[in-house]
Amino acid sequence: MDIQVRKEKNATIVAVTGKMDAVTAPDYEQQLRRLMDEGEKTFVNDFSGLVYISSAGLRSILATAKALKTVEGRLLFSGVTGPVKDVFEISGFGSLFQLHDSPDTALKSVG
Amino acid sequence: MPPRSVRYEARIENLEGILGFVTDCAGEIPWAARRLPDIELVVEEAVVNVCKYAYPDQGGEVEVRCDGNDTALSILIADSGVPFNVLDAEEPDLSADILERQVGGLGCFLIRSMSDRAEYRREGGRNLLDLTFLPGGKAGGESGDA
Repeated sequence: MDIQVRKEKNATIVAVTGKMDAVTAPDYEQQLRRLMDEGEKTFVNDFSGLVYISSAGLRSILATAKALKTVEGRLLFSGVTGPVKDVFEISGFGSLFQLHDSPDTALKSVG
Repeated sequence: MPPRSVRYEARIENLEGILGFVTDCAGEIPWAARRLPDIELVVEEAVVNVCKYAYPDQGGEVEVRCDGNDTALSILIADSGVPFNVLDAEEPDLSADILERQVGGLGCFLIRSMSDRAEYRREGGRNLLDLTFLPGGKAGGESGDA
């Protein structure tokens, strides 16, 4: 798993590529936590390069989303496709979060 | 393919090796490549459960055995740890919102949802989780099916 962070005017884009599994998911959570500590509150997870996610990844996302809720932050997603989308849908994450086609459309929805 | 098995110390660091073994086995069965995302996910969830809960006091092993043909792929996950039936775990509330949603329980749910059959038994002091995958797969577990 590789994580690239890009700060836009109204949100931080977090592009995650590779596999988010029991080994790598804690890295994701730590990175997001660090960005939150720096004051970032609105995140777009660009998952267009993510090919695999397990419950460990879902747990890290949920823990991050819970922490963001308490500071009135937001977690949006773009590029959720293939097996990752299947897992999102079957676990109810598809309705828990806003899923966008691209980081740009996600950014527009933030306003 | 002839049945094959591997044994590893039940530690998260060994997940990659175990998944590599399962991917190799599935690669020998033409239809199984299409179900690989489901297979990999279910095996990860089952193995992670063993790593986290089977041996609370000291370490132990996990054995993974694959046996497949044209009609089915069977993957057995075995450990000698404390009795635990992953299939008995409580269903997560999938409709709860972000704050109410429980962080745990999803792994067991995914094992049940993404495999075509999952059976647990306790035998000879071992937990045996028998996971079966079929060429057609389950509705929702496979994208792009006609």
